[in-house]
Amino acid sequence: MSDESDRLLVIACGALAREVLDVVRLNSLGWVDVECLPATLHNTPDLIPAAVEARLDAAEERYRSVFVGYADCGTGGLLDRLLEARGVSRLPGAHCYEFYATGPGFSDLHDREPGTFYLTDFLAHHFDRLVWAGLGLDRWPDLRDTYFGNYRRLVYLSQVPTPDLIERARAAAHRLGLSFEQRHTGYGDLASTLVDVTRRVPA
Amino acid sequence: MADDELDLNSLSDPDLVNQMHDDLYDGLADEIVEGTNILLARGWDAQRVLNDALVEGMRIVGIDFRDGILFVPEVLLAANSMKAGMEVLRPLLAETGAQTIGKVVIGTVKGDIHDIGKNLVAMMLEGAGFEVINLGINTDADEFIAALDEHKPDILGMSALLTTTMPYMKVVIDALKEKNIRDDYIVMVGGAPLNEEFGQAIGADAYCRDAAVATETAEALVLARRLTGGEEQ
Repeated sequence: MSDESDRLLVIACGALAREVLDVVRLNSLGWVDVECLPATLHNTPDLIPAAVEARLDAAEERYRSVFVGYADCGTGGLLDRLLEARGVSRLPGAHCYEFYATGPGFSDLHDREPGTFYLTDFLAHHFDRLVWAGLGLDRWPDLRDTYFGNYRRLVYLSQVPTPDLIERARAAAHRLGLSFEQRHTGYGDLASTLVDVTRRVPA
Repeated sequence: MADDELDLNSLSDPDLVNQMHDDLYDGLADEIVEGTNILLARGWDAQRVLNDALVEGMRIVGIDFRDGILFVPEVLLAANSMKAGMEVLRPLLAETGAQTIGKVVIGTVKGDIHDIGKNLVAMMLEGAGFEVINLGINTDADEFIAALDEHKPDILGMSALLTTTMPYMKVVIDALKEKNIRDDYIVMVGGAPLNEEFGQAIGADAYCRDAAVATETAEALVLARRLTGGEEQ
């Protein structure tokens, strides 16, 4: 049985679970454990810091090294304040869209059209539950233009695109009344950051 | 069933106002318009309808949103209902020349197209008696300053939903300082990723976490400014 204190724990957003596990597997990072928080926190970012803190507390006795698989994710710096106090680092950027597209790529996308709504593989797959129902559009579809009236396009930032995911993303754009674009990002800064972090932990 | 439908006309004034609070809470815009028209037909002046029926109803919605009982879609439906009622009242308020308690220029900052919270704040400020000049979205410093020059408001309100766009509020405040006009205005900021500390760090006068707080803060700061003689316009 391995000693967990020598292992790295990644506490990640559930929306990144498959991707984080993929990076761990593809890079043979056998000394990395992954725990995920519910992806639904995406819709309630004010609850993220407390949820992460609870996992950090639970991991304190077991792990010497912990990394947080969240960006700022709409916490307005509150997640950073927690992580600074605990000496833990996180993924770069404001959102998963940013680290997938990488910093400069995302700035370029945003600057060219601020009215852009982004989907990732996860969000494309779970659009109905997390976006459509999450915003109450399943019950009040008339609110669509209140939410999205200022948006112009939907950009699907794809990690491992399949015909099904592309079609789901395209259908989502149609339902929101937006133009559709796909940009393949792969895992972007998610992979490079995780690999970099895990190299600092002795295997 | 038709038999179950409530005839708003059959209600006494206090019961109708309470019913309108419920209808606002439930986002029933048609009922709000009907209730508004009934109260006006009964001789209520537009200001009283606005204060007692709409603003008070929205205040209750705001409390339940803050307490996690209502969520964004329900608040939007309530806001749309209040907006429908205000559309009936606005021309009447203008006709009677109801005195405004202050003037606000408000906008979402450059690079940001989110306006739900900002529009809610604008509506609540208008309901509280402020004249509101809403600049819309993606507003740069020059546009804010041009609007301040033109309208000479008491308050500049800025909103942002993105952590990437909220630093632009400081750009606007710094531009005001450069022009030596920062102290001519009360600067209020808001938006989901902001907090008190951020508001202080960029040199705003107040951070407001929601529309109700924004309204209370605007009233208090304008009053304080007038009491201390800070008003120039």
